Amino acid sequence: MAKIKKKIKTITVDADKCNGCRSCELICSAFHATPKYSAINPARARIQVIRYPMKDIWLPIFAGEYAPAECMGREKYLIDEKQYDECDFCRAACPARDRFKEPDSGLPLRCDMCEDEPPQEKPLCVQWCFSDVLIYEEREEEVEEAEEVDEAEIGLKSLVDKHGLNKLAETFARMTQKG
Amino acid sequence: MRYAETGYYLEIDLATGNIEKVESDPRLTELHLGGLGTNVKLFWDRVPPETKAFDPENLFIISSPLLVGTPAMSFNRTCVTTISPQTDLLAYPMMGGFWAAELKYAGYDKVIFRNKSPKLVYIWINNDKVEIRDASHLKGKGAVETREIIKQELNEPNACVAAIGLAGENRVFLASIEQGRSSASRLGGGAVMGDKNIKAIAVRGTKDLNLARGAEFIEHVNRAQDYIKYRNANPIPGVMTILAGIGSPQEMVHTDEKWHTENFMWGNSRTRRRGFWDEKIDDEWPRIQLEAIKRLISCYNCPQHCGALLSFRDVPRYKMKCFTKLTYCMAAYVDDLEFGFRIAQRATEYGVDGFGTPQILAFAVELYEAGILTDKDFEGCPKDKEGRFYWLLDRMVRREGIGDLMADGLYWMAKRLGPEAEALEHNTIKKHEQLPLKLGTLDPIYFLMYSTNEKISITQIEGNWPQGAFPTMEMREEFVRDWPQLPDDHFKQYLLDWNPRGDNSIPFFPTPYMCSEIVDWMEMLHNIDDALGLCCGMGSFCLKPPYHIHNYPLLVSAALGMDIDEAGLKKIVNRSRNLHRAYNNMKGMSRKDEKPPADHWKRRFPELEEELLSTYYKYKGWNNDGIPTKERLHELDLDYVAEELTKRGILKDGED
Repeated sequence: MAKIKKKIKTITVDADKCNGCRSCELICSAFHATPKYSAINPARARIQVIRYPMKDIWLPIFAGEYAPAECMGREKYLIDEKQYDECDFCRAACPARDRFKEPDSGLPLRCDMCEDEPPQEKPLCVQWCFSDVLIYEEREEEVEEAEEVDEAEIGLKSLVDKHGLNKLAETFARMTQKG
Repeated sequence: MRYAETGYYLEIDLATGNIEKVESDPRLTELHLGGLGTNVKLFWDRVPPETKAFDPENLFIISSPLLVGTPAMSFNRTCVTTISPQTDLLAYPMMGGFWAAELKYAGYDKVIFRNKSPKLVYIWINNDKVEIRDASHLKGKGAVETREIIKQELNEPNACVAAIGLAGENRVFLASIEQGRSSASRLGGGAVMGDKNIKAIAVRGTKDLNLARGAEFIEHVNRAQDYIKYRNANPIPGVMTILAGIGSPQEMVHTDEKWHTENFMWGNSRTRRRGFWDEKIDDEWPRIQLEAIKRLISCYNCPQHCGALLSFRDVPRYKMKCFTKLTYCMAAYVDDLEFGFRIAQRATEYGVDGFGTPQILAFAVELYEAGILTDKDFEGCPKDKEGRFYWLLDRMVRREGIGDLMADGLYWMAKRLGPEAEALEHNTIKKHEQLPLKLGTLDPIYFLMYSTNEKISITQIEGNWPQGAFPTMEMREEFVRDWPQLPDDHFKQYLLDWNPRGDNSIPFFPTPYMCSEIVDWMEMLHNIDDALGLCCGMGSFCLKPPYHIHNYPLLVSAALGMDIDEAGLKKIVNRSRNLHRAYNNMKGMSRKDEKPPADHWKRRFPELEEELLSTYYKYKGWNNDGIPTKERLHELDLDYVAEELTKRGILKDGED
């Protein structure tokens, strides 16, 4: 596969600075609404602040790749005397939990760094974090060219994993016939 | 489709267990916006004014005001509305936090409770699924403890829980409703919740909240955000630290408490301790505060850091905001801030008002020292100041012994004990505890705000107008130079002409008419904030805030898709305010009740005070007794109110 130059976007999370306001979740959901900013629903956000306030845990996590199956990770992490589950750090929308799924359809969500036309200067969550928790950086890297997978395909893949290709094809055919 | 609001109320009859999701009338939004405005209307329509706080017919409304849950920063207030057991007037204790936004996302603007549950319950609202659940296992549990237990048993760490502690269960008039770093503490909302046998209300929502013109709304929000950044970077010079910034007073951030400890009164609002903040205290108190604070935190969608998670030595963790860190030390005359952080934890679990409670504890001590309460009343009470306060607090929330007297607050305790006690009770307005402040010369603006507002809590009435005149003309010119929040430019001249001493100083300047204008402006802002759900620290309560009369209408219009201009917005909140006023008038409130404590200022001016009240009433369109006139009510589309007031003989035919 050919090598290409790619802009790599990263967000460093300085979680100790988080004041727990969840503006990042709110604006993420508003930005990704259709039409843009027409609706707010933090449960649809592609960033979620994992929060156990009395344990002093406020941990912003971004939605990553969709996982078709639950993993075996059950480890606990003790960091600065605070106990986290391995699951807390995980970015996947997976069958074991509701995080990073559309609340109505259950379809997986993934952070797209607010890719937009015209491009945003920074992802919206970064712009809305006044506590400097989310630090955005861009750099160029040479990577292997990969096929971009769009949101519809991710959603369909999760449905295939859940119901099987045959069932999905049958349903699709039936719906097509109905018009 | 409804915008900014969900268009649904959750109606719960606690006696029968009937739960209904009821569509609200969109016309109510046009007339009263939401939050406090629509809550007042619901009371007018449904609750006869003869109703007492603990009657089953009293409603307990817990609501999410109009712009809560939208991207507009700092709109996160929960507005509770109910008849106060302490004042017998319509009260609306408010709190920040996360609960109100979660209610919107669950699909409701208000939860309206009527009647009483036969046993202690909690309510679990999970989108469309709503349950009344047994809470017998939570009886006697602390408010913080209750929240954690409920989240655990629901297996829902993201649920928001508003809970009462033991004080609410025992219908203590100073009982609060606790919600994380915030509480609705004033006027006994927690007591009514307890009377209805509701231990807690948990909510989780994962639904969309819609905006009519979202892109336009975000543009207005972005402009407000730019201003928030600007004001955070540019505190106002020449005013005390907590007034220089925006947000609630940043009491968890600031450690220099010279101003509060030396200007507010200690004990039962009794002693001013000038020189208290010496070198030793300046070293110890900030050190203890910094040790106690684990993290500075905010409310929903707010960039400020007004609250904190506390983790102090062996004290169980809890959250704190504002002035509570000082109130217990100062009331008990304890010069060790450690006591403040320790007792506040117990008080938070009990769920009590951090302003009123320390005063009532101090009052009990004072009554004992004066021989009005006896050794028998204090049997078993430790002798040291700290131990005495813990003991009294424990008695009060359990209504044990003298605790039963204390539990109703300063006014009622004194009244029951007789004239000698009444002579020592000197810090209530309309039967409600006020800030522990005793000052020199009558301040005419504060006189009006203290005396007349339906909130009955001075901390939440004052706001955009500076607390005192600036000493130099340069400072005044600097202040007025950049003041886009002003409703009208002529106010600038009032500030420029206002001197700290001599000509044009208090109590005669600003003049009664100017004071009426200024107070009307402050009240309007508070009424807007309470209908829209804005933290008053970002609007009505602070100097030069990000939200003001020129941008509220833009936000409301874009959110609702219903164009409202400044005059229209002002008319709506005036309508709600006059409706609230009329309701309280029907409950017996009038001019006779509108007075600050006799010793609030050392130098009083009875004639001027009468003139201030009369001028203000006239400005507001009220008669000389403080009742809205028929003409005023007609202008505000409240003819039905005039009719009712006339029928009841409160307004008389032929009388303005």
